[in-house]
Amino acid sequence: MLDVRGLRKVYEGSGRRVEAVRDLTFTVDPGDLVCLVGPSGCGKTTLLKCMAGLLEPTGGEVLLEGRRVDGPPPGTAFVFQEYGRSLFPWMRVGENVELPLRQKDMSKAERRALVRDALESVGLADAAGAYPWQLSGGMQQRVAIARALAYEPRVLLMDEPFAAVDAQTRADLEDLVRGLWRQRGITILFVTHDIDEAVYLGERVIVLSASPTVVREQLTVDLPAERDQLHTRVDPRFAGLRTRVYEQIQAAKRGEVRDALTKSSTPPPR
Amino acid sequence: MRGTNAVLGVAGLAGFLALAEAVPRLGLVDEEYLPPAGRIAAALGDEAADPAFWTALGDTLTGWALGLAIASCAGIVAGVVLSVVPYLRQATASTIEFLRPIPSVALIPLAVLLYGSELRSVLLLVVYASFWQVLIQVLYGVQDVDPVAEETARSYGLGTWARIRYVLWPTALPYVMTGVRLAAAVALILAVTAELVIGAPGLGQRIGVAQTSQAVPELYALIVVTGLLGLVINVGARAVERRALAWHQSVRGEVAV
Repeated sequence: MLDVRGLRKVYEGSGRRVEAVRDLTFTVDPGDLVCLVGPSGCGKTTLLKCMAGLLEPTGGEVLLEGRRVDGPPPGTAFVFQEYGRSLFPWMRVGENVELPLRQKDMSKAERRALVRDALESVGLADAAGAYPWQLSGGMQQRVAIARALAYEPRVLLMDEPFAAVDAQTRADLEDLVRGLWRQRGITILFVTHDIDEAVYLGERVIVLSASPTVVREQLTVDLPAERDQLHTRVDPRFAGLRTRVYEQIQAAKRGEVRDALTKSSTPPPR
Repeated sequence: MRGTNAVLGVAGLAGFLALAEAVPRLGLVDEEYLPPAGRIAAALGDEAADPAFWTALGDTLTGWALGLAIASCAGIVAGVVLSVVPYLRQATASTIEFLRPIPSVALIPLAVLLYGSELRSVLLLVVYASFWQVLIQVLYGVQDVDPVAEETARSYGLGTWARIRYVLWPTALPYVMTGVRLAAAVALILAVTAELVIGAPGLGQRIGVAQTSQAVPELYALIVVTGLLGLVINVGARAVERRALAWHQSVRGEVAV
């Protein structure tokens, strides 16, 4: 579904040369929910923006369904961390969700139906007439998720979407994303710096090294598909995975080098 | 609070009028040059009864409105094009900085040469003066586009035109509104100046006639009318701004959520 091959990104400007991403290779299978974790400042956002076609990689390539990404691909939706800036304050919630659909060849009625359905599935059916700034942070991020859903993407890229909301809202939103993933079968790539979140949400966790970034480890999360905040988080298996990821992140921060080619510590699911 | 302010405003105005009445009456200033407020008010009443006054007012407003409309449209289109086309902004910056400070009144001889004392002369001056007000604000406004909003639009495949329409334009709108409001005030100044100096029909020309015929109270009455016009224009522009920018932080204030 998504193939990242030898991705490299170097920022150059004002006499400084920063190698944000050195050499990233991994794949995401159709219908998978993959969480990317890494120490802060490790180029997670850069990676995601390259995958969304918003940034031009310096080297390597991203393939979506076998086709090289060289601009925002139509089947991909992006959810930003800064929901307050990503939603347009001059449009009502319904209009915000509908805007991307205007590019698509569909009737007004179809658009309306998609908007209603998307807002319903994030639990905001009656907020269509409000302005985003009249809603709480968590609700605003729900609107941004609804906008992505209405777009009917095959791939959903989420860039630390819950980093700016409070812990309780965050738990709700995590369950929402998992629920939507199971209902709709979208392929999701979820970037986070929160280890618990990565393990709780993901079917697979990819741990990145510190910048310049390479893949440090890939883990399969063998927790049951049915997860909930209360039981999953106290599951010994959850604790084990969490510890494993945590160790890797700490090692990444210290800059320890693992063998150059990354190996999966748990076999990839087939 | 609002009520108190209104009362204070009315009291201040009444005080000013009383002063304007008293100063000439007490002989502090020669009545020849500053007639008491009452006589100015009477002259204003006479003007209002004269159809020629209303024609003049109509002419001034025509020049003002047409000039402002042309300048606003041109300023908005030019501002957006300059910002959207790569390198154009940098290439034109120095020229704009050179042309912008030229006082519009310096173009009066040119306007007379080109168009005589017609409406077109007035328009030339009005448009020149107000165009820059709008253009500069649009240029600032367009630069204010939030990178996250822009990336959001790009990630959903919005094309250039859609991004201008749905992201760039709403972002720039508060600036455009400010620009048009400033331009509206400048346009009135230039419309009256042009009529006064060139003799194009309008309130300015009527002020000139009052001056040459030593009709001092009428002169003041006409000046009061131009002041009132400016006031109405500013209040109107602010009302439009509030309606169009109801979503904007400056208008909506802080919302409790």
